[in-house]
Amino acid sequence: MQHAVETQSLTRVFRPKKKKEGKVVTALDSVDLRIDRGELFGILGPNGAGKTTILKILSTLLLPTSGKAYVAGFDVAKDLLEVRKRINMVSGGEISGYGLLTVRENLWMFSQFYGLKSKEAHRRIDVLLDRFGLRDKDKEKVRTLSTGQRQKMNVIRGFVTNPEIIFLDEPTLGLDVNAARTVREFVVDWIREDPNRTILLTTHYMMEADELCDRIAIIDDGKILACDTPHNLKKLVGMNSTLTLSVGGLNDINDFGSIPGIGNFSSTKDAEGNATSLRFILEDESAVSDIVSTVLGKGSKILSLQKTEPTLEDVFIKLVGRGLE
Amino acid sequence: MSESPLKSNLRAIRGRAYPRLIGSTREPSWFFFDVVLPLFTIAGYAYVYRFLEADAEFIGYVVLGGAMTAFWLNILWSMASQLYWEKEIGNLSLYLMAPTSRMSILAGMAVGGLVETTIQATATVVVGVIAFDVIFSLGSPVTLIVVFAVTMIALYGMGMMFASLYLLLGREAYHLSSLMMEPVYFATGFYFPVRSLGFWAAAGASIIPITLGLDAMRQLIFPVGADDAFLSVNTEIAVLCVLCVVFMVLARYALRYMEHLGKTTGRLTLRWQ
Repeated sequence: MQHAVETQSLTRVFRPKKKKEGKVVTALDSVDLRIDRGELFGILGPNGAGKTTILKILSTLLLPTSGKAYVAGFDVAKDLLEVRKRINMVSGGEISGYGLLTVRENLWMFSQFYGLKSKEAHRRIDVLLDRFGLRDKDKEKVRTLSTGQRQKMNVIRGFVTNPEIIFLDEPTLGLDVNAARTVREFVVDWIREDPNRTILLTTHYMMEADELCDRIAIIDDGKILACDTPHNLKKLVGMNSTLTLSVGGLNDINDFGSIPGIGNFSSTKDAEGNATSLRFILEDESAVSDIVSTVLGKGSKILSLQKTEPTLEDVFIKLVGRGLE
Repeated sequence: MSESPLKSNLRAIRGRAYPRLIGSTREPSWFFFDVVLPLFTIAGYAYVYRFLEADAEFIGYVVLGGAMTAFWLNILWSMASQLYWEKEIGNLSLYLMAPTSRMSILAGMAVGGLVETTIQATATVVVGVIAFDVIFSLGSPVTLIVVFAVTMIALYGMGMMFASLYLLLGREAYHLSSLMMEPVYFATGFYFPVRSLGFWAAAGASIIPITLGLDAMRQLIFPVGADDAFLSVNTEIAVLCVLCVVFMVLARYALRYMEHLGKTTGRLTLRWQ
């Protein structure tokens, strides 16, 4: 099957206008990516890692120095119009549009560059304004909107043309919790509605990448360091999950050692002797239900339960040797 | 996107023209800044001509020239500088990413600016005529419309060409606009017949389409205009037609060159470059 996005040894070098003015920057270094249709694919990396450069090349705004990039099977350096018909892009912190136009007018204006009939454009705008809770703002001038409202409008701008492939460049950057959640929920719903839709998302929010993405590529200094599902990436760390329980009325801990899937466990009584803290190293996630059953089978009461997993930050630190921020 | 490219591009032109068309209704202060304030300059020249007891037509020349300055200002500050502004506010990359002709985007800017400025210029003429009791004698309205049309097409073609060049110049664009404002006011004969400059200076100034357009309009509107004419109306229409083609072709070439250079160097999308 044709990939939604494919890059082959994609390299981008920025050279200063004059040698004295700065150094040569290799923003992308032989990047190979294959993103299938229907995927919500994330690129995770710190500022300056090359995330936005990839998107600029894929959206035909920048030429690669060497290598190839294809979007929906079309070469981004040659088949510009075919690529452009199928894509759109939304960037975090975007201030596009005109402040003296209303929200609806701005969205309509951008839809016209994609050849949408006005009636159809307004129908889609209505649906999306409702979805993002901006319906009551559609006649407000854009310059009166808050940052969150403006970013929601920008997200609508990207989706109103119903692209096959959309590039989201840090779409929740600077948004409050509620606005960011609205955007994330919409993104997930949108891609699930049609298996031919594809999203390429760049972010440096690990939780966002973990929550949204089917697969994630971790990038640093223009190089892809790893590319896999969030679950498999976490396995790279070599850390097991841990399960910690606080249990009341537990007198016998002998059976816990024989539960399959447990690497190790420890127990500690609190000072009053009323509760026991149990900590299990899990080699197999399915051991959780057996542990809970065993505790309850002894007539004990679970007071609290916490499962801790390695994070994408642990993965990043292992791969790069420093944190993401 | 299954529609014909022509329809799609017409939609793009309409879309980009819209902010300019609607802008004047949202910002009524334009009447003060774009009509009332320029009247002071017009009044200054008008009183000089009156003091010198020049023919009444000269005051008409000044009113017409004063109205036409609005188009030149629109070219400099709203057409030529526009792509640079669009880059600064983040719209340029969205325009370039859209599946439409870049010339449609520029044409939309031009159409919007032309309509907006025509309203301003008409208001200036009306106020100027009332204030200074100017008498027009319009012999051939059709020829006047033709002259105005080819002047505007050539002028906005020049603006479309400048838009790409300004983008390449970046922040230097401000200085270029300032540099081209007053000398062009002088050389194109906004407030006096350009023939006064001598043939070769007037011929050089004719690269700015307003020079010939204004000269032709004066001949068509004022009875003694032909006496002060630089070239005949028909010759000026012919030269303006050539300028239309030249500037449109150059605009297209400059836009392609700018886009390619920008994509090669990254200067199109990085605001600080």
